[in-house]
Amino acid sequence: MSDQSLPLLKRLLLAARAFLRIVQDREQAAAWIKIERQALLGRSTALADTPPDAALLLLSLLQKEGRLVDFAKQDLTRFSDEEVGAAARVVHQGCGRVLADYFRIAPVRDEPEGAQITLPPGFDPAATRPTGHLVGEPPFSGRLVHRGWRATEVRLPQVGTGHDQSIIAAAEVEL
Amino acid sequence: MSSKRFAIGIDLGTTHCALSFVDNEHSEGEEILQGLLPIPQLTAPGTVEHRPLLPSFLYLPHPDEFDPTDLDLPWAKQTDRFAGELARNLGASTPLRLVFSAKSWLCHPDVDRRAPILPAGAPNGIPQVSPLEASAFFLGHLRDAWNRLYPSDPLTEQEVTVTVPASFDPAARELTAEAARRVGITDLVLLEEPQAALYAWVNASRGDWRNQVRLGDVILVVDVGGGTTDMSLIAVTERDGVLELTRIAVGDHILLGGDNMDLALAHLVKGKLDAVGVELDRWQLLALTHGCRQAKERLLGEVELSRVPVVVPSRGTQLVGGSIRTELTRDEVMTVLMTGFFPEVPITARPADRVRTALTKLGLPFAHDPGITRHLAAFLSRQSGATADLADFVEPAADADFLHPTAVLFNGGVFKSPVLRERVIAVINGWLMADGAPPARQLETQDLDLSVAQGAAFYAHVRRRGGVRIRGGTARSYYVGIESAGPAVPGLEPPLQLLCLVPFGLEEGSEPVVAPQEFGLIVGEPVRFRFFGSSVRRDDQVGLLIEDWPAHEIEELEEIQTTLPTGSRRRGDIVAVNLQAAVTEVGTLELVALSRQGSERWKVEFNTRGAD
Repeated sequence: MSDQSLPLLKRLLLAARAFLRIVQDREQAAAWIKIERQALLGRSTALADTPPDAALLLLSLLQKEGRLVDFAKQDLTRFSDEEVGAAARVVHQGCGRVLADYFRIAPVRDEPEGAQITLPPGFDPAATRPTGHLVGEPPFSGRLVHRGWRATEVRLPQVGTGHDQSIIAAAEVEL
Repeated sequence: MSSKRFAIGIDLGTTHCALSFVDNEHSEGEEILQGLLPIPQLTAPGTVEHRPLLPSFLYLPHPDEFDPTDLDLPWAKQTDRFAGELARNLGASTPLRLVFSAKSWLCHPDVDRRAPILPAGAPNGIPQVSPLEASAFFLGHLRDAWNRLYPSDPLTEQEVTVTVPASFDPAARELTAEAARRVGITDLVLLEEPQAALYAWVNASRGDWRNQVRLGDVILVVDVGGGTTDMSLIAVTERDGVLELTRIAVGDHILLGGDNMDLALAHLVKGKLDAVGVELDRWQLLALTHGCRQAKERLLGEVELSRVPVVVPSRGTQLVGGSIRTELTRDEVMTVLMTGFFPEVPITARPADRVRTALTKLGLPFAHDPGITRHLAAFLSRQSGATADLADFVEPAADADFLHPTAVLFNGGVFKSPVLRERVIAVINGWLMADGAPPARQLETQDLDLSVAQGAAFYAHVRRRGGVRIRGGTARSYYVGIESAGPAVPGLEPPLQLLCLVPFGLEEGSEPVVAPQEFGLIVGEPVRFRFFGSSVRRDDQVGLLIEDWPAHEIEELEEIQTTLPTGSRRRGDIVAVNLQAAVTEVGTLELVALSRQGSERWKVEFNTRGAD
């Protein structure tokens, strides 16, 4: 690659410019961290299997508090909207409780939806995704359609090592 | 100054426990470094979570009910019992294995509180525990949670305050102290819950409390928790020019609280469902009670709401179609709470009497009358003379028919709702206005669920380091019953005299008092005395004999008993003794039989074994 032939002076100037940008601009700094991380991974994307335990735990919490699995598994075609609505209250209340108890969730963008915002060069596409007329170079300017959600804290309960996580809800037998 | 690092306050509540602590080393004067212990507990099988409160529920699982490892706590492998959130939740499906309200049983005079009687009425084959054991178990859970967080400062080596209802009788206090000793707490002191709430308020003011009250103020503390209502009156007094607090009266033990309100709402909604032919089973009724609690809190909190839907989920997987939808309206909540629990009544109102029928199954003596304001009216009226004996204390209306509070401090989860606080203030101020007295003001409080634990930790801290103290001593005078000698009259009980053993306001750690009258005790045989208490007779001195008294002034408590061991004496000998009383540093009442020369002493026990 031709980049590798850059003389020392040019590289020093480049480093100084990068230094200033990283110090002055948070987004640039974040972008730099990503570049470093990718370099560490040898530019190959590491794909890992998501361990099922946390997912099963969350599912059992959503079922216990909000009956989410019952709700999603049920065939609703023969029910009226009123009946669905009544059950939805259980799901909404319970799942809301799970979100409130185990996560701290904040919008990614603080601007109101509909506001005009600008994405500077080096913006984090995982947090803010540009869509639609996506041409040219950043900065991009556009309308905020969805504020996004970011989990700023996760505090899932501790689970005993011997606990069978695949049981989302135990069957109940009234004696 | 003590070398103990932490001062710990434990609220051993009827429905919840909490532990707060003050770091003695980093607290100076009014700058108090205080924290709350997060309490790990089972929230589902195999799941442990931290909560600020430990629900005071104890579950005794069937050996095959859970995978054994699913009941492990971070500090213990446990299989036969556990406390906390999971225990409480299991009560919805298997109530017969759940111990709840153990604290109310601890002060139940008609049962043996050291005997395994809980869960009450459990069928054969279900293990049972005693009220004492259950209380000790909750304390043990808190101890273990603490020790795991502070392994180098174990709880049993700290200064510990455990709170009790102000209305707890000497036997129930003694049992609470015993439960604390069982888990190894040695540096223990008991504190009345309304006092703890006031300490929390004092601490939160960071020294400014002296500007918020003045000499002559009478603070009414109303504490309505999940299962009990507790009331105290605390006067602002002065000593050497410095403001002090003196607890002048405590109310009766009333088993009535927020849970009763939720249950009343659930039954109202159940009635609506019954009317349209929908029947609920026990599990659904409990779910309905939960739903009503949430709906009540929303309706009380958001004034623009007029109705909130309540849905009882189906028990099976068919959520849609199997769930029952109903609603709770603002009018219903207001009617139930305002006319049922906080009715606007005149000061002359009294709670309806409990009708005791001999054939009722032995259960908790729940308040017969849910009207908290009626209980309050009775309390203030009974205590109309409570400030009469305070030096330099001129109550503006000394000859009024009820004691005029000048300030009110609320405590307990029920009063999180400003609507209910305002209602109580309005009712009290109605009484005051009718008497031409100025209205009472509300003292600002913060954590209504946690302030008892916080105040207790603050008290544990200031107790040995100087700082404001609430004085008061015993809130009752105590008597033994003596059957006077005289010709027996068939069909009549021999007349009873009462001998005053403990004067009102005997303070902890003060010199013991001895009644001059002698009693003959038979060696080797248990001797029982009838025991009485009064919350209004402030002037009776030790040794006073009373022949006539108005029935409402003095109530009978559990018997007290002692046994003189044979030792050097022969069984059947009679030994003359005097009865001595003292309030220990822990805050329990201690009765001792002294031999005539004072060389020997035998402990006199409260009979906690119930009626024979």
